[in-house]
Amino acid sequence: MKRIYVNEKWCLGCHLCEYECAFAATGLSDMAKALKGKKIYPKITVEDGGSVHFAVNCRHCTDAICVKSCISGALSKGEDGVVRIDKNKCVGCLTCVLVCPFGAVMPAPDGHAAMKCQLCTDNACGTPNCVAHCPNNAIVYEERP
Amino acid sequence: MNIYIQPDYEVVRNSDQCIACRVCERQCANGVHSFDPDTGKMKADSTRCVNCHRCVCLCPTHALKIVKSDDTYKINANWDNQTVNEVYRQANTGGVLLSSMGNPKPFPVFWDKMLVNASQVTNPPIDPLREPMETRLWLGKRTAKVERDEKGRLKNTLAPQLKLDVPILFSAMSYGSISYNAHESLARAAEELGTYYNTGEGGLHRDFYRYGKNTIVQVASGRFGVHKDYLEAAAAVEIKMGQGAKPGIGGHLPGAKISADVSETRMIPQGVDAISPAPHHDIYSIEDLRQLVYSLKEATEYKKPVIVKIAAVHNAAAIASGIARSGADIIAIDGYRGGTGAAPTRIRDNVGIPIELALAQVDERLRQEGIRDEVSILVGGSVRSSADVVKAIALGADACYIGTAALLALGCHLCRSCHTGKCNWGIATQEPELVKRLNPDVGYKRLVNLVTAWNHEIQEMMGGMGINSIEALRGNRLMLRGIGLTDTELRLLGIRYAGESL
Repeated sequence: MKRIYVNEKWCLGCHLCEYECAFAATGLSDMAKALKGKKIYPKITVEDGGSVHFAVNCRHCTDAICVKSCISGALSKGEDGVVRIDKNKCVGCLTCVLVCPFGAVMPAPDGHAAMKCQLCTDNACGTPNCVAHCPNNAIVYEERP
Repeated sequence: MNIYIQPDYEVVRNSDQCIACRVCERQCANGVHSFDPDTGKMKADSTRCVNCHRCVCLCPTHALKIVKSDDTYKINANWDNQTVNEVYRQANTGGVLLSSMGNPKPFPVFWDKMLVNASQVTNPPIDPLREPMETRLWLGKRTAKVERDEKGRLKNTLAPQLKLDVPILFSAMSYGSISYNAHESLARAAEELGTYYNTGEGGLHRDFYRYGKNTIVQVASGRFGVHKDYLEAAAAVEIKMGQGAKPGIGGHLPGAKISADVSETRMIPQGVDAISPAPHHDIYSIEDLRQLVYSLKEATEYKKPVIVKIAAVHNAAAIASGIARSGADIIAIDGYRGGTGAAPTRIRDNVGIPIELALAQVDERLRQEGIRDEVSILVGGSVRSSADVVKAIALGADACYIGTAALLALGCHLCRSCHTGKCNWGIATQEPELVKRLNPDVGYKRLVNLVTAWNHEIQEMMGGMGINSIEALRGNRLMLRGIGLTDTELRLLGIRYAGESL
């Protein structure tokens, strides 16, 4: 399946992806209107350590431990390989947040459910917005063996 | 005491648009932007801004712009703000003013005073989308002697040639003045385009030997990085006698830019200033030049063309005649608008002559002396568009070097601060954090796009003139007409005034 991959060599640590992710989730067309004065809750986060930067988001693991650990059946892996979360089923136990080895599942802003990257299949973008706006092609969306 | 100098440009932030994402802050190596946690707002210190537009381009809400400051001293047609500020700066520091990239002064641009012909009725125009349109060409000596072997078959006596699929090459820009990633972008683009890039005087990084067949290596007065493998790796060797941006002076790459890799490539100690002398200390005459030309030919077994590059100066035509007689295969002329990674401001802005005039005069002189076919002519020093390429070729050039345009394609915004080594676009810097901002996967594609686009435009313009081969355009000055030029300028350019028929 096509996944989002981040090439650490080219990640500048500009954090644009975080804002583009949060913007994509709003469904609005004006970023200033969507994000001005608001705290953002991106599903991709940039880890910074000195001169090393690395954007992290869901790997859509083949054998996803978050899916296995979900007590309410809210997390599932679709036929397309995308690991999705059904907010209506999620009881907010946050076990998935605990078990994800990448820290790629996080509590949703309301605190009652978890949220994660669904490759922008859950918003109007259709294709990952972080990839489309990465200024250095550090984030790519591609099929890898 | 230092006199405070008001910045020339100011950062303007539209606070309605700014979402305080701090991308501008993270992307500015000059520390212009900062976040004020007390107000929750971004601030900008314009005194640090070099106007490179990195923040403007990356701001996701387009909340930023850079404007020319309207702060002014008393208006004075003789002492403008910049002139006054330069005096203050020198009085503050006691130093020589440094600048980068090409001469920005409002001298005439002769490219913009020449118009191109088109066919009407007779000699109809050609549609390059439907008919062949040849932009391939060869650079080198054309004066092959007819010789036969003992069996009477023709011997190949043609001197080595460079084959170009497009009439555009990337100018000499050294590794050191530009980054590893910029070099990789140029090398890969040259390979894909079927043309050449030029190492400049900084040697050839070991990783780039594999692009050798698309590489012109330079031998300059500092002889940095010149050794057997370097010469053997290349498609051609260029002797750099001068550079358009700074005729008459050498180079000075500050020690801070001599990283371990640059040091190894240049074969000089790390962290020590790399100084290229103004002259080649072994060249004080055409005869001396001839010795170096033939040394290099000998070293490369007469398999590679040798280029001699000079800055466009007052006596360019006579010098070119000497170069043509020195055994060189190609003459490269660099106009006074050509770029540089660092030059004294006074030299950059006041020395040299326009490439258009130098080219016209060199071509004319070589023709008069019957030695035009002894050499090909390459020109650079502000070839800004495909139209400039067409005009240059019609004036007599074989092909054009582009440097500034290539850097623009890589993201350069002509802030002319290369000499600070803090290029926010990852081009003119050796700081790893900045160098990584130029991903060669992106950079090389942008270069390929640029040259491909120009080549399409060149074909369209040639087609309009009813010419279907770039070789038929070369030196075809009847295809040019001058506008807004004096009689002297027309005479020097060898063209007629607009409206004048044959």
